[in-house]
Amino acid sequence: MSTALTAGRYVGQSVKRLEDPRLLSGHGRYVDDVQLPGTLHVAFVRSQVARGNITRIETAAARALPGVHAIYTSIDLNPRVKQFWHTMLGPPPELGGQSEYPPTRPLADGDVRFVGDPIAVIIADNRYIAEDAADLVEVEIDVLTPVLDIREAATDNIVVHPERGTNLIGSMAQPVVPDVDAMFASAAHLVTRAFKQCRASNVPMETRGIIVQYDKWAGDLQIWAATQSVSEWKSSAARLTGVSEQRVRVIAGDVGGGFGLKMMVTRDEAAVIMAAHLFGETVGARPIKWIEDRRENLISANQAREEEIDVTMAVTADGHIMGAKIFFWEDVGAFPSGSGATGSMAMGVFPGPYKFPMVLPGNTAVFTNTCGKAAYRGPWMMETVAREQMMDHVAREIGMDPIEFRRINIVKSEDLPYTTCMTMVYDESVSPNETMEQACEMLDVAAFRSEQATARAEGRLIGMGLAVYMEPSAVSFGILSSDQAIMRMDNSGKVIVAMSTGNHGHSLETTIPQIVAEHLGCDIDDVILVQGDTASSPVGPGTGGSRSAVVAGGAAQTASLRMKEKIFQIAAHVLEAAVEDLEVNSSMVSVKGTPAKALPFMAIASMAYQMPDALPPGMEMGLEITARYRPPAPFTWSNAAHMCTVEVDPLTGMTKLLRYIVSEDCGNMINPMVVEGQIAGGVVQGIGGVLFEHMVYDNDGNPLATTFLDYLLPSAPEIPDIEYGHIVKPSASIGGYKGMGEGGAIGAPPAVANAIHDALAHLGVHPTRFPLGPSQVLDLINEAAHAG
Amino acid sequence: MSNLITTEFTVNGAAAQVTVEPRKLLSDVLREDLRLTGTHIGCEHGACGACTVIIDGAAVRSCLMFAVQVGGATITTVEGLANSDGSLNPMQQAMQDCHGLQCGFCTPGIVTSMTAFLADHDSPTDHELREALSGNLCRCTGYQGILNAARLASGQPVAIAGSHS
Repeated sequence: MSTALTAGRYVGQSVKRLEDPRLLSGHGRYVDDVQLPGTLHVAFVRSQVARGNITRIETAAARALPGVHAIYTSIDLNPRVKQFWHTMLGPPPELGGQSEYPPTRPLADGDVRFVGDPIAVIIADNRYIAEDAADLVEVEIDVLTPVLDIREAATDNIVVHPERGTNLIGSMAQPVVPDVDAMFASAAHLVTRAFKQCRASNVPMETRGIIVQYDKWAGDLQIWAATQSVSEWKSSAARLTGVSEQRVRVIAGDVGGGFGLKMMVTRDEAAVIMAAHLFGETVGARPIKWIEDRRENLISANQAREEEIDVTMAVTADGHIMGAKIFFWEDVGAFPSGSGATGSMAMGVFPGPYKFPMVLPGNTAVFTNTCGKAAYRGPWMMETVAREQMMDHVAREIGMDPIEFRRINIVKSEDLPYTTCMTMVYDESVSPNETMEQACEMLDVAAFRSEQATARAEGRLIGMGLAVYMEPSAVSFGILSSDQAIMRMDNSGKVIVAMSTGNHGHSLETTIPQIVAEHLGCDIDDVILVQGDTASSPVGPGTGGSRSAVVAGGAAQTASLRMKEKIFQIAAHVLEAAVEDLEVNSSMVSVKGTPAKALPFMAIASMAYQMPDALPPGMEMGLEITARYRPPAPFTWSNAAHMCTVEVDPLTGMTKLLRYIVSEDCGNMINPMVVEGQIAGGVVQGIGGVLFEHMVYDNDGNPLATTFLDYLLPSAPEIPDIEYGHIVKPSASIGGYKGMGEGGAIGAPPAVANAIHDALAHLGVHPTRFPLGPSQVLDLINEAAHAG
Repeated sequence: MSNLITTEFTVNGAAAQVTVEPRKLLSDVLREDLRLTGTHIGCEHGACGACTVIIDGAAVRSCLMFAVQVGGATITTVEGLANSDGSLNPMQQAMQDCHGLQCGFCTPGIVTSMTAFLADHDSPTDHELREALSGNLCRCTGYQGILNAARLASGQPVAIAGSHS
């Protein structure tokens, strides 16, 4: 289902991916595939307790093991760290910035603060020996009681980082506004709920991995890494080690997924960089490789989604939202990336697609003795998880259909441009109402309600759930504001474009050439994208945050137009025609109406590089263009509506997805196939967060989901065929693109939860907490039965 | 480093001989000793399926076997799936046609598993295809393109992703 597309020769077409043949035939090059002569391998010794003081570390036996080259603990590495902060967040306050960071310590120093906390780095001939040595390191720890719960952490009775003195980070009190209290007191309906989602992890199929070689004589620090942003990592590695940044080169080949985890250098990777730097200083320049295993990944890579929102919504008698008080609680673990806190962003976008006259926000983020938080696809998305469930809860409480309640309050085209109460500006290109109505139409709501009534009469529990959201794509601040295209047409008329982006599933090796070929007028096979190597790529944001279509695509399009302009100037001079009279097709510039008067790109390129006298007077030789693009607005809003139907088994509590529908508006689609692929991947991660995935800690702070047998990812049998609808309202960005990479993961959790709610509401079940696996659903059904 | 054992087997049609510690996983031997890095390691506990190779016709997780166990066996890795002219095999080609891969890390295990499955199943039902895929985890695609690729490779008509009526 689709509105009409105005597809070009390449842009708007589902071009098959150029990167696929190498990946399908086993010839991708992921970080662990880089096998350099002389490589040594790292294993970590990690804490097995959540909180405690280290009383002894004995490494003699491990050092004596043949094949072990070095063992480093905090004494060796931590004092050598110059600075540890991330370009995208800016420096910490003590260095003149505004971003809060956890304490800087690659390795545990004196105490341990979560299970998985790295204590020692072992460097050995291979990973087998490194792990043998890790087993021989004796660590004695006086175990202390950990703090694991958000509200308990907020009391500061137990403090995770004693040097900070408090567990609170990035927190903001909810203001007391008497007028608002008076308005709430007068509201016809006042509904309060507390929503919670559950701890999940990105778990890209390729874990973290890094190879570092430091050659002190050349002064070069060379890194191969599984990262989303070589530019960010280059700067971070220079700051960590003190190696001059132009001496640092970071290469990311193919990366096996990131979803936010691989955006910034994590503590473990910092430890490997510091270890390789020290090894290079003291022993020799050997490639030092660490490939995280899956157990490490589940224990110590990252967590996300340990978040709650308490919300009270005031509504008029006829169903108009008057306002909401919201309080956001989040657990950032012990060592998050930066502060880990997403509260200000989540609160800022809370109104989403609805007209909230006011929202009164507050938030508390706390450190706990658990794995640190990292960005995970839609890091602020708890706002949609809470708001979209709240819309259903409120509608039910005031006796209104959830779709009708949304219809009354949703932003419609006649409201645009619309500025939310949190000062977010939606221009004329957003379409929340259109996507919601398209999703309803695709489902056929009336038919489903009839089917539901029939099913209920048979004792079957089926339900439908809707979620609508605004996705703040290409969020434009700091280093994330722009990207550059460095474009060169070589002697043969072929095009190379270099960007700061990376290849971890986003298909940019295809979609950027689509844009270039479209706007330059050549065949797509004549364009390649070079990315993921700081030796050739510009400084830029990397790939993440639903940014590349808008920012990288915008830079590629701008560079293509500039390149075409120069090519036309040369052709006009040679063909003795006016630039306005020229056209280009398949790398051939010709005079309109006179096809015989034509010049191929190859001929123009030869002139540009080799025939200075053939060029227009004063023109600089060569065909090399750069263009840096910054979107016109701080947010490029895309939007979508998710609609799903489920059947809940009353005996087992198991939820089966019946249909899953997404209507979205990402503006002009570069490649619809890729858009739908991004939607699907996000949706299934979102489904996983409700029905399957749950990182659980026991009361001592031990992680209980440490394999894929405990941490359940969705698999093919659980997932229905996803149905797609597209609304196309081009954005104000060049090309009219909008980012949409995170949206699937934002909309799916509340859509699934609302469908389960709809299936069970008549039994008195009103879920507010994830996960909603079989045991939790069965408990809710049983509780309601006893209460009833 | 004592206790090295020599094992001989066939990989992608060529004879291979490795002399390795008995504890060395087949996945590591393929990747490190034979430089066949297309076989990926996603979990090392037999759950994700990324390391799947075809041993004597059966899809096997190479992270759950030691190399010393495959003496005399005939192994096909992802590098050995393409046709002799270098073109992709039907499952590989269907994966490209249906956008069955994004980051590509789980992909070698998907195409080896499904190549083995389709060799044994002429006209699988949708349920059988989903079950056949249940041993391979993918974090990018939501299985939509992969399932369509399996349908296409087994001869079913499939609407190619992104094409609309």
